[in-house]
Amino acid sequence: MFLTDEFRLKVGLAEQLKGGVIMDVTDARQAQIAQQAGAVAVMALERVPADIRKEGGVARMASIQKMRQIMETVSIPVMAKARIGHFAEAMVLQALKVDYIDESEVLTPADEAHHIDKHAFKAPFVCGARNLGEALRRIAEGAAMIRTKGEAGSGDIVEAVRHMRAIQRQLRQLTVASRDEIAGHAKDMQAPLELVQWVAKEGRLPVPNFSAGGIATPADASLVMSLGAEAVFVGSGIFKSEDPERRAAAIVKATTFFSDPEKLLEACEDLGKPMPGLDVAKLDESELLQTRGW
Amino acid sequence: MRIGVLALQGDFAAHAARLSRLGAEPVEVRYARQLKEVEGLVLPGGESTTNLILLESEGLWDALQRFARTRPVLGTCAGAILLARKVSNPSQPSLGAVDITIERNAYGRQVDSSIRWVDPEPEFAARTATGPLEAVFIRAPIIRATGPDVDVLLRDGADPILVEQGPHLAATFHAELTGDTRLHELFLEKVRSNRAAGGDC
Repeated sequence: MFLTDEFRLKVGLAEQLKGGVIMDVTDARQAQIAQQAGAVAVMALERVPADIRKEGGVARMASIQKMRQIMETVSIPVMAKARIGHFAEAMVLQALKVDYIDESEVLTPADEAHHIDKHAFKAPFVCGARNLGEALRRIAEGAAMIRTKGEAGSGDIVEAVRHMRAIQRQLRQLTVASRDEIAGHAKDMQAPLELVQWVAKEGRLPVPNFSAGGIATPADASLVMSLGAEAVFVGSGIFKSEDPERRAAAIVKATTFFSDPEKLLEACEDLGKPMPGLDVAKLDESELLQTRGW
Repeated sequence: MRIGVLALQGDFAAHAARLSRLGAEPVEVRYARQLKEVEGLVLPGGESTTNLILLESEGLWDALQRFARTRPVLGTCAGAILLARKVSNPSQPSLGAVDITIERNAYGRQVDSSIRWVDPEPEFAARTATGPLEAVFIRAPIIRATGPDVDVLLRDGADPILVEQGPHLAATFHAELTGDTRLHELFLEKVRSNRAAGGDC
């Protein structure tokens, strides 16, 4: 299942991004700042999640012109978001030759029952997940990278932590489950049995597992890396802060040296104000982005 | 045999796993002081710009240049870019330990990435084993020119994809993402012979 050349290449790029920071950008200037700060990739989107939250309206794939400018400006990989289920946006992004497509709950879903058949694309996909079952459903559809959903645009790390802990806990539970219990888990998680059996044997996801949704400080990045994330996505956390250049570089440093308290302290010095943020516990259920996707 | 794997960013874990499997002891290197404890160093795949920025800001650049004067270094993909004498598309600083000119992202973007089988040059086959080698190219660079002291050990068509200069190896593909262990075996052999020669290259 994971042995086709095409899937190995998709996962292969995700492997190269490990230990790095992928930064949301809305234009070429921000992309340049991200690259200079040490980002391993940038994510092109029309508005950062905090603005989508504030302004409302339908959030779609970014403008082609903006994405082209970003791709011409930086030498690192460029990812871009498509709406959940919107395979035509994905076709456009593949034709544009973006390096990774994020089928993202941050944008307004285009289909309330179906995700994109990602095996049908040559471009690799990353998808969000809140738990192991969701991660495995996305992988079965062809995702070559998983990221925790967290709660995008909130600046509140609690949901990213919840989702990363859930996935790690469920992975550990599977490794000690008996054959009949594994079948039961597959049923409960609504994930393909073959995939669940593979995970039970290996004790890990078959694709890299990154963290996203609420990372706003170097310490947040260190926290999710320590919980098992293999790289981090930062959305609104950089360009909604007071000093994006410094904060971007500091989060890169904290991701590399996530287990070193001295380096982490250095990364946290003199950063200016973080993004204001929203307490997720006080958000109405209907305001959550993480519940999009099925 | 302790072999360092630069672990600032990239697929360093895949290299470490490969080295372990071959009986070496991998050490994830994030600090200059760790270079004193290893006999050879792998510069993994990843983003070369990210690695460059962290090497400079974390004080590893000079230590790495000193290391490469006496000890073997294997660079794959982004690592080969760091080892090169000259880098294009765009131009950027590099260690200059291997006399090659290398062009970043030379095949294009991710949709242009590929897996190809190559027949080793006779010298590579003689020093490792015969038979085709699977090469994984991911947003890979192309070596556009090689200096007089550089030997080409593998080619894909006309393009050199594995080169050797003194104790160093630079590969544009990811051997660590395949089942073929020959590249790492060759590197460990070079580390052993460098040790026998007293580390004086």
